[in-house]
Amino acid sequence: MLRVKPDATCRVTVTVNGAARSGRAGPRLLLCDFLRHELGLYGTRVGCEHGVCGACTVMVDGRAVRSCLTFAVQVDGAEIRTVEGLGDGGALSPLQEAFRRRHALQCGYCTAGVLISATRFLETNPRPTEAEVRDMLSGHICRCTGYHGMVRAILDVAGAEEGEEEERRR
Amino acid sequence: MAADRAPYVGAAFPRKEDGALLTGAARFIDDMSPLPGIRHVALLRAPHPHARIRAVETARAAAHPAVHGVLTGRQIAAAVRPIPSAVRVPIDYYPIAVDKVRYAGEPVALVAASDRYAAEDAAELIEVDYEPLPAVADLDAALAEGAAPLHEAVGSNLVHRRSFRYGDPETAFAEADHVVRLDWKFPRYASTPMETYGAIAHFERSPDRYTVWSNFQGPFILHALMCGALGTPGNRLRLITAPHSGGSFGIKQGLFPYMILLAAASRLLDAPLKWIEDRLEHLIGSSSASSRRDAIEAAFRADGTLTGLRFRNIVDVGAYIRAPEPASVYRMHSASNGCYRVPAISIDNRLVATNRVPIGLNRGYGGPQFYYALERAMDAAARALRLDPAEIRRRNFIRREEFPYRTPGGALYDSGDYAAGLDEALRLADYRALDARRARARSEGRLFGIGLAAAVEPSGSNMAYVTLAQTPEERARAGGRSGGLGSCTVSIDPSGAVTVRTVSTPAGQGHGTVAAQIVADALGLRPEDIDVITEMDTLTSAWSLASGNYANRFSSVVVGAIAESARRVADKIRLLAADTLEVAPEDVELVGGAARIVGVPEGALPFRRVAARAHWHPAGLPEGAGPGIFETTILSPPELGPPDERDRVAPAVTFGFVCDLAAIEIDPATGRIDIVKYVSVHDVGTILNASIVEGQIHGGFAHGLGGALMEEMVYDAEGNFQSGSFADYLCITAPEMPPLTVGHVTTRSPQGGLGAKGMGDGSSMLAPTAIANAAADALGREDIELPLTLDRVWGLAGARP
Repeated sequence: MLRVKPDATCRVTVTVNGAARSGRAGPRLLLCDFLRHELGLYGTRVGCEHGVCGACTVMVDGRAVRSCLTFAVQVDGAEIRTVEGLGDGGALSPLQEAFRRRHALQCGYCTAGVLISATRFLETNPRPTEAEVRDMLSGHICRCTGYHGMVRAILDVAGAEEGEEEERRR
Repeated sequence: MAADRAPYVGAAFPRKEDGALLTGAARFIDDMSPLPGIRHVALLRAPHPHARIRAVETARAAAHPAVHGVLTGRQIAAAVRPIPSAVRVPIDYYPIAVDKVRYAGEPVALVAASDRYAAEDAAELIEVDYEPLPAVADLDAALAEGAAPLHEAVGSNLVHRRSFRYGDPETAFAEADHVVRLDWKFPRYASTPMETYGAIAHFERSPDRYTVWSNFQGPFILHALMCGALGTPGNRLRLITAPHSGGSFGIKQGLFPYMILLAAASRLLDAPLKWIEDRLEHLIGSSSASSRRDAIEAAFRADGTLTGLRFRNIVDVGAYIRAPEPASVYRMHSASNGCYRVPAISIDNRLVATNRVPIGLNRGYGGPQFYYALERAMDAAARALRLDPAEIRRRNFIRREEFPYRTPGGALYDSGDYAAGLDEALRLADYRALDARRARARSEGRLFGIGLAAAVEPSGSNMAYVTLAQTPEERARAGGRSGGLGSCTVSIDPSGAVTVRTVSTPAGQGHGTVAAQIVADALGLRPEDIDVITEMDTLTSAWSLASGNYANRFSSVVVGAIAESARRVADKIRLLAADTLEVAPEDVELVGGAARIVGVPEGALPFRRVAARAHWHPAGLPEGAGPGIFETTILSPPELGPPDERDRVAPAVTFGFVCDLAAIEIDPATGRIDIVKYVSVHDVGTILNASIVEGQIHGGFAHGLGGALMEEMVYDAEGNFQSGSFADYLCITAPEMPPLTVGHVTTRSPQGGLGAKGMGDGSSMLAPTAIANAAADALGREDIELPLTLDRVWGLAGARP
């Protein structure tokens, strides 16, 4: 980790969504603020700043972390993935597509964090049960949807992958 | 409408909003930096619920190198006037505490600095000398003999009282065969949108003008109050909303005092200021639904006919009556008969000040509390009269043939078939099977209960209903009030592209999608061809007092304005095309992006070319067609008249119907409530977008369920706030959500043109009641209190008779 004096700032260099980026950070600058206000990646949202609501979740070196509970200086050299990097160019990822199809978002404020967690979750558990999906979502607060569409969307993607695999086996 | 395809209106059309929201491209208030030189604000908030401010020492904070300026309540109060209220009492409400704090979390001082981190550092350097006062922590304390008054000039914590009488309630109760009485309490909770408040204020000279960017949601009647507080004409306070808002559920109306605060501070500190509320500030200091401690009595004949209702409402308004309060007490007032044909109603409303955050809009706005009284009383009456809870409701429902139905309080229910809605709920729940299951469970000693609740859902508010808080004489002196204007502009630019402006400031309800569906149908285009701007800019938008996003007003009022503007544009396009095609305008149809002779694909004219002609060649337009295409509709539903001298008023435009059924089993060992079945049936009139309607129903249910089971803003006996983080204030999460069975019955509304009714509150109004009714049924007792937390239910189950 970088060492920096209380009143000083230092350069933090990261790979974000595949591109090298760097910016200035004081020792207590939160990762969410660094991403948003230093790197201009406003897609990551801040909902509670105490690690409960999950809105600010981003991927750091392949793990889903709360960017409001992480300091920018902790991630120097890390590989970061945010909502801006989920799609492929202009195309939505299958999970993003499923969220749209299943009306899994209304105001969209919690959505970036949910997408990151769900993307990571499906990497580790490609065929979850509904209970497992709900358990994963318990790390996120959504006030609009009642989680109904999100659960369906995530199961959709899991099911679609399963379907493809079954086809390959045949 | 095009003949060769199904209309877009009604389809589960995917939302236009989602692309930007799913990729992180959408912009919310904290993403905005509309001008250079912005300073960031932190607010110092009171740690005491009730205290006199002896002195505020700001020198150390002001000396912080990153600080631009520091302001105290006194400095702000010297620059603004108190914010007016519909209740005529001597309460001076400023957006910041002046000399006295009246709730924990009330702003006391403001710091502007180069960044938020520094502003918060400096706020900690402010020294406030408080003289703590005894706190009035709840209704009982507030009304107790010798209670310290929050507002000395009022002399008491009872800040408002009005009594109302419709029909002949005294005779109804004197002649009743049964009178059912229910004493009830309703807790404080709030829908805590995931995005908190945010505002950027800028004061400029020559001319002196305030501009405030924010995620304020309306109602824009509050713009007039903000102008009053700032002492400025309306055209010198420009309000602009962010393109996206991260949820509101009503709460974001409570942002407006901060807008006044920031605007005044921007003037005093000569800098543009930005403030983003943090979550801890939001929980302690934003707003909440009202807590109440009331009694209801219902008079019945022996056959179960409801003949009279008597409401005694005691409402904890918190530290101030903050506009538009006391509207939450009056929103259901003129519909106090609920779904029933009851001719005699009396209502006594008392508003009480306590050392708690001021109440405000929250999903359902007064509905959850009102139905907790009425619909719990109906279930209790069924038990007392040995009638089935479904049957007692069916006997008293307003009948299908009675619509439009004028209620004793003056509401005009537009349409409905409540019995059909109830029957559909019973069918979806398989009521008989549930009944058998309950009997079986009980024979095994298990706690199984079924609860019902039914509601009308008023939508599209009359801006005058809040003046029921005034006497007819006070209203006469204040001048007439009525109406609920909705507006929309549909325009076509010189390239032939269509833009719709709704000033409806949505917070996730998909207004842009629905507006595009409506306009696409009218113009023979695709929704993706149409851009919709939903933001407000009070200097450039066509708007009025009722503009904004609340009271389910989009589908009850605004869509009528959208449809009318679209119709006028379509008429004009047909007129222009008819001239080229050399036919009569009524022989032209707009289909598939073209104008053509009805049923004749050959010779069709591209829509964009026809439309562009209004800009490019005004001299060549046919008679009757003016230049340009810019159609603005401002409408006020004619039913929304002023309250009459007997306090009757039509409070809303459309009245949807909701019927919820909950079946639960209680584990007496843990107090856990297992929701075995939950059915919710809705009459939203014509469905404009099936998936958005479905989403609103699920979301409303989640709020109602949270209120029923776990959500509460807790204050201790000294008035200290105990729910100040998301670790303490428990929002409902995915594992707690039971399956929800949704059903529909549809009676088209004669209002608004498209047949739709407002919707969105839905089960947020009924789930607390349906689940409490089920708990009462399971436990065999009526003294149910929300939220039904594990420890509370465990206590009730263990102590049951």
